[in-house]
Amino acid sequence: MLKSRFSGLIFQMIALALAFGVVSLILISIDASPSQAFQNMFRGSFGEMRKFAEVLVAFVPLLLVTAGLLVTFSAGLWNIGVEGQVVLGAIATTWVYRYFLESDLPPALIITLAILGGMIGGAIWAAFTGILKVFGGVNEIFGGLGLNFVATALTIYLIFGPWKRPGVASMSGTVPFPDEFSLPLLANLRISPWALGIALIVIIIVFFLLQGTYFGLKLKAVGKNFRAAYLLGIPTWQYSIYSFLICGALAGLAGAMQVAAVYHRLIPSISSGYGYLGLMVAMLINYQAIWAIPVALFFAALNIGSIQLPIVMKLDSSLSGVLQGTLVLFVLLMEGARQKFMKREQKT
Amino acid sequence: MNVELKNINKHFGKVHANKNINLTIPSGSIQGILGENGAGKSTLMKVLSGFIHADSGSEILLDGTPVKMNSPANAIKYGIGMLHQDPLDFPPMKILDNFLLGMPSSFFPNRKEATQDFNLLAKEYGFSLDPENYVDSLTVGERQQLEIMRLLFLGVRLFILDEPTTGISTAQKEKLFTTLRKFPEQAMTVIFVSHKLEDVESLCDHVAVLRAGELVGELTPPYQTKKIIEMMFGKEVTLGERQSASVGEVVLSLHNVSLEDARLKIKNVNVEVREGEVIGLAGMEGSGQNLFMRACAGLVRPVGGKIQLKGQDLSGKTYHVFKKNGVSFLPAARLEEALVSGLTLTDHFVLAEEPRGIFIDRVAGGQLAEERIKSFNIRGTPHTPVESLSGGNQQRAELALLQNPLSLILLEHPTRGLDIESVIYIWGKLKERCKQNASIIFISSDLEEILQYSDRILVFFSGKISQPLEASKTSVEELGQLIGGKGWAEIGDTHA
Repeated sequence: MLKSRFSGLIFQMIALALAFGVVSLILISIDASPSQAFQNMFRGSFGEMRKFAEVLVAFVPLLLVTAGLLVTFSAGLWNIGVEGQVVLGAIATTWVYRYFLESDLPPALIITLAILGGMIGGAIWAAFTGILKVFGGVNEIFGGLGLNFVATALTIYLIFGPWKRPGVASMSGTVPFPDEFSLPLLANLRISPWALGIALIVIIIVFFLLQGTYFGLKLKAVGKNFRAAYLLGIPTWQYSIYSFLICGALAGLAGAMQVAAVYHRLIPSISSGYGYLGLMVAMLINYQAIWAIPVALFFAALNIGSIQLPIVMKLDSSLSGVLQGTLVLFVLLMEGARQKFMKREQKT
Repeated sequence: MNVELKNINKHFGKVHANKNINLTIPSGSIQGILGENGAGKSTLMKVLSGFIHADSGSEILLDGTPVKMNSPANAIKYGIGMLHQDPLDFPPMKILDNFLLGMPSSFFPNRKEATQDFNLLAKEYGFSLDPENYVDSLTVGERQQLEIMRLLFLGVRLFILDEPTTGISTAQKEKLFTTLRKFPEQAMTVIFVSHKLEDVESLCDHVAVLRAGELVGELTPPYQTKKIIEMMFGKEVTLGERQSASVGEVVLSLHNVSLEDARLKIKNVNVEVREGEVIGLAGMEGSGQNLFMRACAGLVRPVGGKIQLKGQDLSGKTYHVFKKNGVSFLPAARLEEALVSGLTLTDHFVLAEEPRGIFIDRVAGGQLAEERIKSFNIRGTPHTPVESLSGGNQQRAELALLQNPLSLILLEHPTRGLDIESVIYIWGKLKERCKQNASIIFISSDLEEILQYSDRILVFFSGKISQPLEASKTSVEELGQLIGGKGWAEIGDTHA
């Protein structure tokens, strides 16, 4: 047991080294210095407090999405639609804010309602995927992907249609909400301790949900063998729907945070690809909740750190995406290699 | 083809699966390999067919020449082909496409020519397979025939058959044996792996018996069953006395139930099952017994009629309602339908119990698992993932998952592929349930098992169901006839 864990760590370190190696080769091939690039990325994410706060701003939605995806992955479902669920969370939050724009209710209550609204919005969007899957026989990957496009189109429609700025509608989004609608931020920084706290609490809840509850165990049984789970007496399709609802609610919460703590309005790319990035994090941590925090933080740091690259080195900031992608591929590859290696060990 | 195995050794970690096995199989003979589960039969066959490597020092000689095989494809080049217990074919494909697989032909196969070859070969062996049909429409027996044809066409000279008579009908078994008996005439060699004494006795020219990885002896006809059993188990085992349970009130009753699936129609069945009773379902694979059983479990919705459990009407209700009312269904496909790969034994026992609260009590779960593992004699620990258990232990685990109390236990092939000791153990556990007033309905293709353990027997023949036959008043001969569709007029059926 101990040995297998130890070897797992070694193989993952090799994967990390290989990923950095491949990205270095790419950089060398375009005559850029890898060490300089990595240094810049590190400085861009951890160099100063302001930058680290930015990393945390990205970390919050990423962690929430990952937490949600751990639930659907446990149920054996590929919830690609998580991206659209983030968007719908943001739309629903915006809708609640707009509804209460003129009201005299205390702002704290409105913020709470808006966040809850976002969770419900995300959950409903996820429920569509679930219903299509359970009752329509539409694979959740296709259903989710389709709904992602619909969600994006809906955002654009709202920004340029019913919710457009007075005068000329613009890609910069809807009219910003008043300051009291924002989750409180740390002084001079863009990070909200509330958002950070909520994200951390959520991942802890998901960890215990999957590790220690009957619900989690049943979910795993459904994910690993739908048919046997049914014969064991588990209401299988209901559990599939539950997992979609939970994931959708958490993705919606991520979207709500984007509106309530970061952008204070609806913008066209409100989800910023965190849904897809969350899928990568979930795969990278092999669906184990306990690793979600460090890996999501690492990915957020890569995203923010790479913003530095075009400014300092005239490199495209998509380098972080290249690094994240190769890292996932190498970790999966090394996991396969490790299993082969362990098998051989056992035989001799 | 003359086969010599010299000093075959194989270790899996600490397990010594094959110990110094020396065996010569002369060309043109049918060699039986007997042994209980885990005796090392499969390992030896996998070594011979290139699936796994034996330890160094082991030698395989074909017609006197030492060979080294590193894959099944390589083994086929040497003329060695293996027919697996579950045919390795591709159900969604056409029979002809399956036939063409593994053929070292050009990129674009000549389908016309292949069809001709296929039909010629089928005619020679008396198989009636349509090359344009799809594989998933075939029975296990027909899929075997297809696989045999494929291997013949690839030029295989040594056939290894692993438990080929499990899951096929008596008629298909006869056809298989007729086919195999033709092989020696063409100097082909057959290795027949089984633990069915009767089959081995009627077919094989020589029998080698394995026990705990060692070759304990070789026998030639006439065979003495007692001797073989002694060699296999190291001691004599008997199936135990027949015992009829005292029969109580009606548990399950079917009134004019009609069932349908894509291939079969069963009309107006009337059956009653009483407390403590064991009902055996006999019939060729696919004669309606699975449909009948799944209807009793609520997994198939009847198109007409009424199903009552202890007087309560459950017609049209789902499996989960049946389950809540004390019905349990144990499917034959253990890892596909009954157990969840990737979860441990503890996880399974926890799942099968009624949940207490929201959080799982891991300590209690572990204790429960320890207890069940002990009382059901499962070789594993609470943390063992179910997929790494052997077949017999998976079957025991399935039984250990049964709740208490139960009204009705439905079992598909409860002892398929298990050795005699496991069979006796499992039936012991089931009979205990009968004493606690549970009724049992089980499907088996082993007539001996059906006669031995049932109180009454229902025979299925293409959607027809016989009147319940008293097990003590019938015989293998009568059942065999009914299964083959003869003698139905005399006994009558259950249809109104």
